[in-house]
Amino acid sequence: MTKKVFHGRAVVKGSVTAEALVSKGGFNTLASYQHALMFGDKEGKCSDQNNPDLYKKPMSGKALCMPQTIGSTTGGLVLYCAASMSRQPACLLFSKEIDSLAAAGAILADVWTESSMPTIDNLGDEFLSYVQTGDRITVSEDGTVTVERA
Amino acid sequence: MELTKRQQDILEGKEGDVKAKVMKTLIMYGETFGAPKMVDVTGKYGHLVTSFGLSVMKPVYDLMDTLIDGGALSSQEFSVDPRPLESCVPRNLIQNIFFKVMYSKQADYDRQLKTLGIMADDAYTCTCYMNEVGNIPNEGDILSWAESSAVVYANSILGARCNRNSGILDLFGSIVGCVPYFGLLTDEGRKADWLIEVRTSARPEAQLLGSAIGMKVMEQVPYVTGLDKYFSELDDEAKAYFKDFGAATASNGAVGLYHIENLTPEARKQGRQLLRENYRTFVIDDAVLEETEKSYPVIWKDRNASPKLAFIGCPHLSAAQLESWSDRIDEALKRNGRDKVSVKTVMTAAPAVMENFKKSDKAVRLQKEGVILSHICPLMYMNNPKCASMPVITCSNKLRTYTSAKYCKEADLLEAITGGAR
Repeated sequence: MTKKVFHGRAVVKGSVTAEALVSKGGFNTLASYQHALMFGDKEGKCSDQNNPDLYKKPMSGKALCMPQTIGSTTGGLVLYCAASMSRQPACLLFSKEIDSLAAAGAILADVWTESSMPTIDNLGDEFLSYVQTGDRITVSEDGTVTVERA
Repeated sequence: MELTKRQQDILEGKEGDVKAKVMKTLIMYGETFGAPKMVDVTGKYGHLVTSFGLSVMKPVYDLMDTLIDGGALSSQEFSVDPRPLESCVPRNLIQNIFFKVMYSKQADYDRQLKTLGIMADDAYTCTCYMNEVGNIPNEGDILSWAESSAVVYANSILGARCNRNSGILDLFGSIVGCVPYFGLLTDEGRKADWLIEVRTSARPEAQLLGSAIGMKVMEQVPYVTGLDKYFSELDDEAKAYFKDFGAATASNGAVGLYHIENLTPEARKQGRQLLRENYRTFVIDDAVLEETEKSYPVIWKDRNASPKLAFIGCPHLSAAQLESWSDRIDEALKRNGRDKVSVKTVMTAAPAVMENFKKSDKAVRLQKEGVILSHICPLMYMNNPKCASMPVITCSNKLRTYTSAKYCKEADLLEAITGGAR
């Protein structure tokens, strides 16, 4: 078992442990969640055909790791809807500074729903190059992210 | 964050608990980006991205009810993205059943928008800045808009100031009349991170060029050179080109502002002084565009299927574009010895733009040639799984990004819809 610790900024505080799901490229929130929300897919399988890292993989309950989100400005409300329906990722982990759409989604989920979706940004490029889908991720209140690999 | 007395009063609940929660959300949003203050929204109208009454988006409509019940209505009128459906757009029985189920909340949501403050019954378009629609911000106006293609247009072509706000937050800013001061609202945030040198052999396809730039720069600001030889000013043709270009930068990446050398307002005033000290350079030639187009996945079940439907107009077409497409389709049909298009073709524009166009001879001719004129959102149409399973072509890179529609350059799409066996 190897363990590596990264430090970021807690945009929305919280603690959780979940399995990593990693998008090396920008995460297109609308394209990714479109089918899951539309057709009641509780696993939240990613429908973004342009994202080979995530396409058709379940996102609900995962530690979603990415550089930032891209695409439509419905992004924030899509995350809000996912959180309202308890289909959100366990946490959002950004290597770069969070973008305005993801921040909106994380904050809307925090202020207007009962769901928890801790959100950490500024984890650094090294975090994204190190973390792999399937790693065990633990997020702490202070923005510390621990990556464990079997 | 420094708040004015009015902003502090709202936060403390003096205008109700719901408005307090709206203000709290905006403050948290601003603090995330280090905003020192909230600034007044100075644009006359807002623009919302959420236009669809999608049954599974119940949490959004519940939130709208919470706002309405709490007296948190918009302090400014607003336009909103296009409606998802119109009866003239082709659909079979099964597709229709799906549409009815999917968009069963549309009438309810339309009523909510009316209560919240929509500017007109037909103010449903992603191109609210068209003259016929009338939501045209002035240079320097602070906006609380969402819709990525409208935000990037307002920032870049009109010189207004707006962040890439999410749906819901667009309305929140219009409710309390202020937005956090950060990012594209500031002079520093509007500086360019990238110098993009366009060195193609001919004027590049707007939606392809925008895609290549968006995928490269992501959320950063590009300063684009080499396009001023194709346009001498921001006339109707140039505005339409950059509307499509911007939509592709925003959907294939996350661009909220671009500068075009010698054309867009800030580039004309400040030139290359807009470039940050450590800017990066990206050269775009024919090979880059070819590679970009080749990288698009085609997810049709049968990659070689004949297209059954074509969409032109994502984002919505301008009046000049409708006229140009009418002429090009007519000429191509004559060249191919046909009277009607060989693939069902839907052209979309803002309701007010389309109603004006429909009075023209070119519109009458186009309809006789079998083209359907509509004001829907093609993306919302393609969300229907029974539509998504059809082979649909489009010259919109935005529609390609979010749906199963296959991207074709305009000339290829024109040939596809006007050629084929008689």
